[in-house]
Amino acid sequence: METLSKEQIIKPENLVYKRTNLLVDTALSYCPGCGHGVVHRMLMEVVEEMGIQSETIGIAPVGCSVLAYDFLDIDMQQAAHGRAPALATAIKRLMPEKYVFTYQGDGDLAAIGTAETIHACNRGENFVIIFINNGIYGMTGGQMAPTTLPNMKASTCPYGRDTQIMGNPLKITEIVATLPGTCFVTRHSVHTPANVRKVKRAIRKAFELSYAKKGLSFIEVVSNCNSGWKMTPVQANKWMEENMFPFYPLGDIKVPTE
Amino acid sequence: MKELRLMKGNEAIAEAAIRAGADGYFGYPITPQSEILEYLMAQKPYETTGMVVLQAESEVAAINMVYGGASCGKKCMTTSSSPGISLKMEGISYIAGAELPCLIVNVVRGGPGLGTIQPSQGDYFQATKGGGHGDYRLLVLAPASVQEMSDFVSLGFDLAFKYRNPVMILSDGVIGQMMEKVELQETKPRWTKEEILKMSPWATTGKTPDRERNIITSLDLDPSKQEKHVLSLERKYKAMEENEVRYEKINCDDAEYLFVAFGSSSRICQKAMDIAREKGIKVGLFRPITLFPFPKKPLKELGGQVKGMLTVEMNLGQMVEDVRLAVECKIPVEHYGRHGGIIPTPEEVVKVLETKLIGG
Repeated sequence: METLSKEQIIKPENLVYKRTNLLVDTALSYCPGCGHGVVHRMLMEVVEEMGIQSETIGIAPVGCSVLAYDFLDIDMQQAAHGRAPALATAIKRLMPEKYVFTYQGDGDLAAIGTAETIHACNRGENFVIIFINNGIYGMTGGQMAPTTLPNMKASTCPYGRDTQIMGNPLKITEIVATLPGTCFVTRHSVHTPANVRKVKRAIRKAFELSYAKKGLSFIEVVSNCNSGWKMTPVQANKWMEENMFPFYPLGDIKVPTE
Repeated sequence: MKELRLMKGNEAIAEAAIRAGADGYFGYPITPQSEILEYLMAQKPYETTGMVVLQAESEVAAINMVYGGASCGKKCMTTSSSPGISLKMEGISYIAGAELPCLIVNVVRGGPGLGTIQPSQGDYFQATKGGGHGDYRLLVLAPASVQEMSDFVSLGFDLAFKYRNPVMILSDGVIGQMMEKVELQETKPRWTKEEILKMSPWATTGKTPDRERNIITSLDLDPSKQEKHVLSLERKYKAMEENEVRYEKINCDDAEYLFVAFGSSSRICQKAMDIAREKGIKVGLFRPITLFPFPKKPLKELGGQVKGMLTVEMNLGQMVEDVRLAVECKIPVEHYGRHGGIIPTPEEVVKVLETKLIGG
């Protein structure tokens, strides 16, 4: 069989993948191996494919993704720590024809912003929450998060999370699934190509449901934090599979009834 | 034709919001201002003008809803009373940092802490000197009547958008709860999408191909950029000091003494002035209407004319510091206040004037 040269392979008709135009052409501020960049890409691929760049407003939280607006080529607002769902509530109510999403980490969404999260979900606000859960505060340097696993080490629980002293990890995704205002609650990961595709499908479904005013769609992405966990990216993904997934099992928790 | 109504100050705020073409009101119940949210919910402006009215889960959420709405170029407001305003301070600081226009109403009650539900003017420092973290100023309007409660809503929105800055109406439990005749403003339609794009090209209305993306944030990690931002805020506050000082002078031309008071205290001082003048004491009343920018220049001028000033505030002495600075401590400036919701009587005020300034 004839061996194809590089020039023969790289042709427009052979193009199977290309970076979305809606990611700003700049270096991401995330650590190598971190899941944020992949989720950003999935979000912008969905926005591009749906042709809704001019109809989409995103909200960046406080945390590692505070600078998400530097990477996503859409109009964005930066919220105070935990308050993104309050901003999104007002945006969607004042501009109901828009697609609105918040992008929040575990400390933002499940600790300081618990009230905003629960009440936006309970009111059935028609926006999308993307919740990145890596069980640690990444930006501030690896402190214990509301989702830190029992016995897991962090800089503010250096001997491991002692649930007798520090309380239990909060399964906020299961909590919001019980609320009548949420229509779609699902948990995914982005550590394998197959899982990445599932996340993308979930984001598209969530955007469509929110636009159809079905209520709040909530997508948790269980992710790694190799810097905060003090592991290599490969070790972190393995550790995530072995420890995070049993506690935070992947899959749909609540799907809309037709 | 004039439309006159007998209304509570709180109701006047709510009615004025609808008439000012407000897009969104986000609030949380707290005495003595709950009538604002109640009135709006009873009027259902979402069925007429399309104004969004929402009872938030907290004061914190309410001010952040204002942040979200204001970022879209919408006319948004929230109202509360002292303990609730403290909760909003995080959001107010972010709004000031991100340079968003909005209206915040504080119907002040006594503190500190849960304090009392009775009127007070104890939040002067919080309103005029900051309150939240960082270097910023609110443009603060102090109504002294139900009429001004109504008028300052529209004025407040105009100033907020003129300067891209939060505006606060610093009222108190007296003005909020008392009933007076109000001439209502004519209803302005809410801005159209096109008007919003023209008025606020910076707003997050959705990135279109003809422009770069709009980002609303108060964050800049580059020290030189953040310094530039803070200095540009300072220029804005200086422009407010140049252009937006508002005050009222009554009987100041021949005055030998001056009452300086804002809000409901100025109403008490008006009566006290009448009593004093009947006694032959030539006293005038100076009422700051903007508390920031503070009317320093006119007070300094009056400082060269009168023998002394008495500030009357329902607090331990807050505005008095600004009055002393304005007159550069060249004449005696005394303070009189009552606390815990006790409102000073005009007779008390005259007696203090006689003992502290005239007799002293």
